Amino acid sequence: MALVLLVFLVAPIVMIAVVSFWQATEFSIIPAFEFDNYEFLFGSSVTYRVFVNTFKYALITWAFTFLIGFAVAYFLAFHVRSLTWQIALFLLCTIPFWTSNIIRMISWIPFLGRNGIANSALMSWGVIDAPLDWLLFSDFAVILAFVHLYTLFMVVPIFNTMMRIDRALIEAARDAGANGLQILWNVIVPLCKPGIMIGSIFVITLVMGDFITVRFMSGSQSANVGRLISNDIALLQYPSAAATAMVLLATVLIVIAILLRFVDIRKEL
Amino acid sequence: MNQPIQDLELVSVTKRYGNTIAVDAINHHFRPASYTCLLGPSGCGKSSTLRMIAGHESVSDGAINLAGRDISHLPPARRGTAMMFQSYALFPHLSVTDNVAFSLKMKGVDVGERRNKAHEMLELVDLSAMAQRLPDQLSGGQQQRVALARALITRPQVLLLDEPLSALDPFLRIRMRGELRKLQRELGISFIHVTHGQDEALALADEIVVMNNAVIEQAGPARDVFNAPRTRFVAQFMGGHNVVALPEGHFAIRTDAVGVGAPGSGIAASVTGIEYQGTHVSVLARIAGDQEVTALVPDTEFFSSPRSPGDPVGLVWDARNLHKLTA
Repeated sequence: MALVLLVFLVAPIVMIAVVSFWQATEFSIIPAFEFDNYEFLFGSSVTYRVFVNTFKYALITWAFTFLIGFAVAYFLAFHVRSLTWQIALFLLCTIPFWTSNIIRMISWIPFLGRNGIANSALMSWGVIDAPLDWLLFSDFAVILAFVHLYTLFMVVPIFNTMMRIDRALIEAARDAGANGLQILWNVIVPLCKPGIMIGSIFVITLVMGDFITVRFMSGSQSANVGRLISNDIALLQYPSAAATAMVLLATVLIVIAILLRFVDIRKEL
Repeated sequence: MNQPIQDLELVSVTKRYGNTIAVDAINHHFRPASYTCLLGPSGCGKSSTLRMIAGHESVSDGAINLAGRDISHLPPARRGTAMMFQSYALFPHLSVTDNVAFSLKMKGVDVGERRNKAHEMLELVDLSAMAQRLPDQLSGGQQQRVALARALITRPQVLLLDEPLSALDPFLRIRMRGELRKLQRELGISFIHVTHGQDEALALADEIVVMNNAVIEQAGPARDVFNAPRTRFVAQFMGGHNVVALPEGHFAIRTDAVGVGAPGSGIAASVTGIEYQGTHVSVLARIAGDQEVTALVPDTEFFSSPRSPGDPVGLVWDARNLHKLTA
């Protein structure tokens, strides 16, 4: 176990960290120990804009996946009474995962395109006169795809914690005069915190590390940190890519550390 | 209406789940400010009855009246009842104080006032020192007292307890039942306590309601129910009774009302087993018609003329101690 971690996790990260200090020109890479890559990274306004954009995607996606994920999990856990139905509906949620990420993402394109299903339907209903441009190749499309891809990562852990809530607690709350909303806010949400936190970590790390969704769905018009790295790699600028990767890694770890300060998830694991 | 205000009455209360009847048109009048035990084996409908009174189960038919008004369709918190749950159902994420103050928070009482009220309640159950702890940092007995305080803070007219002692170890169970009884006397409200333990019911209750197969088999003061069971089920469930078939019908007789005499006296029997129980000796004997009868004989009496399995004896009893069974 330790060996596997060492070979497949620690060693690559150490490699990246080492490479991030190397020197690069247009045609060569020179092993060195310099801060040029980081200096360039922190000196460029592009970096800040791209990081802000990455956080924006992460935050908006998190908000939507949380709201949808919580609602779905709540429905499955508290409204579907029989276990058979719970399992059946739960499996139904996972069906999209039988295909790959890319296929699910690309399947949005004909739907959202200028002459796609969404626009033609809206036009035939008379809701709009001209096709909406912002449906595809926009931040809207990126976030839609993210929410579609990652909501299940929110549903599963929240559903899991909800199923562990003793139903007598709900009755006890009702006995004490709590209405539905009060039960939700004072009993269910606090007890689901570990699940919400695990789901949030999944979603945030996935969104912050993503580059392919942003590329496809924004039509290469928006950037996030992942795309910055992939562009560097495409230009064979490995040291620069490595430096960006290290900064992204540090950022994600800080975000997770902040999240973990709020909730103790150890009880869940 | 010159009835005392706290009367709780069940009028033909029925609970159906699909085609099965969990509670079949039961009627009962709970005496005010009394300790009542609903007693019966699992699945007899006692818990459903309690949950219907609490409002956690809808009433399929009939009415539940408390203090002269029909509460059968009110939400739990507006009935004037409070429930203590079997596993206590304390909120694991809230401190003891916040658990106790939960219902006040739901009502919108401000923090200071509800903390004060919660502390008063915690004093009542002698748990002030634990106010800041979380439920899983408490022992079973302490958790139970928190659950009691949480139920009592709503000032209910009737406290409903669903097998409150079953999660405790035997030693604590005996201590807690003493505390429950004391608390009921101090508060002067009705307690309705569901249990499947006849010893618990006898120890606690002013009145016992024995249920079986969705109906009330017998209800009355604890001593009457134990001493004069009306049905075979009650006699067997309460324990300490023989059910014997005599030419005049079926009768229940307490095992300690059966004496063991010399052969030729009373009813001819042969000893089939002896069990020493400390203060008493239980003598198992077989009489005509292949019926087993147990006689509980004080130990000094038994050892003054010991018997052993196979011995012929005569069983004697006073006919006044026979209670005719209706079913």
